[in-house]
Amino acid sequence: MADTTRRTGLHDLHIERGARMVPFAGWDMPVQFPMGVMAEHLHTRARAGLFDVSHMGQVLVTPGDGRIETAAAALETLIPADLAGLAPGRQRYGLFTNDQGGILDDLMVANRGDHFLLVVNAACAEQDIAHLRTLAGVRITPVTDRGLLALQGPEAEAVLARLVPGLGEMRFMDSRILDWNGADLWISRSGYTGEDGFEISVPEARLEEFARALLGHPEVAPIGLGARDSLRLEAGMPLYGHDMDGSVTPAQAALGWSIPKVRRRGGARAGGFPGAEVILPELGAPEVIRRGLRPEGRAPIREGVAIFAAPEGGEVLGHVSSGGFGPSVGGPVAMARLHVDLPEGGQVWAELRGKRLPVTLSALPFVSPSYKR
Amino acid sequence: MLKYTEDHEWLRAEGDEIVVGITRHASEQLGDVVFIELPEEGREVAAGEEIVVIESVKAASDITAPVAGVITGVNAALADSPGDVNGDPMAAWFFRIKPAEASAMDGFMDEAAYTALVE
Repeated sequence: MADTTRRTGLHDLHIERGARMVPFAGWDMPVQFPMGVMAEHLHTRARAGLFDVSHMGQVLVTPGDGRIETAAAALETLIPADLAGLAPGRQRYGLFTNDQGGILDDLMVANRGDHFLLVVNAACAEQDIAHLRTLAGVRITPVTDRGLLALQGPEAEAVLARLVPGLGEMRFMDSRILDWNGADLWISRSGYTGEDGFEISVPEARLEEFARALLGHPEVAPIGLGARDSLRLEAGMPLYGHDMDGSVTPAQAALGWSIPKVRRRGGARAGGFPGAEVILPELGAPEVIRRGLRPEGRAPIREGVAIFAAPEGGEVLGHVSSGGFGPSVGGPVAMARLHVDLPEGGQVWAELRGKRLPVTLSALPFVSPSYKR
Repeated sequence: MLKYTEDHEWLRAEGDEIVVGITRHASEQLGDVVFIELPEEGREVAAGEEIVVIESVKAASDITAPVAGVITGVNAALADSPGDVNGDPMAAWFFRIKPAEASAMDGFMDEAAYTALVE
């Protein structure tokens, strides 16, 4: 088979730093560095971790008539978020939905004054762009000449501020264009770890130079996809294709919070997006919803493991949608869509290698976020 | 006498028993080990039977019995500190097995052959 795996602009740097590379969503990506997943995870929570997320899709949505309201209105026909009310320099989390009420992808949308910047999942990027191109009155421009980094952790701000003055004024979910030695950095204060931090879009020609500048600070270590997954799992953040997909509604994915009042029934711009007639009535009362699970003992329960109501026999309540070991929690953590009436703190059983292990229903997230609001 | 299997286990002959662990190469491939389930002492096992479960941060793997025999001891301390497998894999033994056949160690790789395999 032909090797069509794509490489990010940091591929050589990853190899130089001893990364173990794996194919991910069509890209050759570092899953871990010599530090190892556990230490990388803990380093990010204690100091600052640098992630290459250049595989993610960056897309500009520009209004044909020059009015940002036109682009906001167009995007709102695909995304049940308040984008007309999104102030310049601010970013919001949103979902692309389908006609069945399921989730096509999750994304970040930033208002950059005269256009929107969208960041979408790598595996969905092509489909998302085609989906966006069905919109009238806007120009859709995939950004192909920039890489994307995430600098996450309690020391991320101090490190980045040394390179980029003016950064400290940014709050959680602010989006700015700031200069670094003549390179325009598209920075948002956000991430996928539950830590304070930044996502930084960098011109491809300056990407490696900028990554090296960050790694030159003693607080910063390179972090692979392995720790990215355990960090987001502990932070209770869903992963597209696992915790949600085209057959899972926003309410079932516990993402109803991303649909504001103004887009709900009775709101000024209620509905008007794919699947609204399924999604909106379900918001207050989904039958199943993404829940947290804390298995007893140390054995992780991973994606696909069946959850039962009883230690023997009984019905299957659902299946783990993502799970693993949480280094900061110090034990296994998992998520599954289960009935809303099961009480938090209550016990269910996970069937692992033919044995049923007790599992406690737990609130999400497993670790408290530390965003700078 | 130290021998190695193609499954990256090390075997150390001690009297009429064999002590079994995994190699540095295997522990590096696995990544950080977070959970280990050991067999019961006294269990009779067949060669190739999966008798140890290792969960790393990345995935679950099995360790097989290198030879047929009876499990005569397990390293229970590993259950509480599975990370020892990453720290010093040659010291972090999993189980002792009394082989059914005295010549059980024959046919496994010596250090030179194993080193050639993983390099």
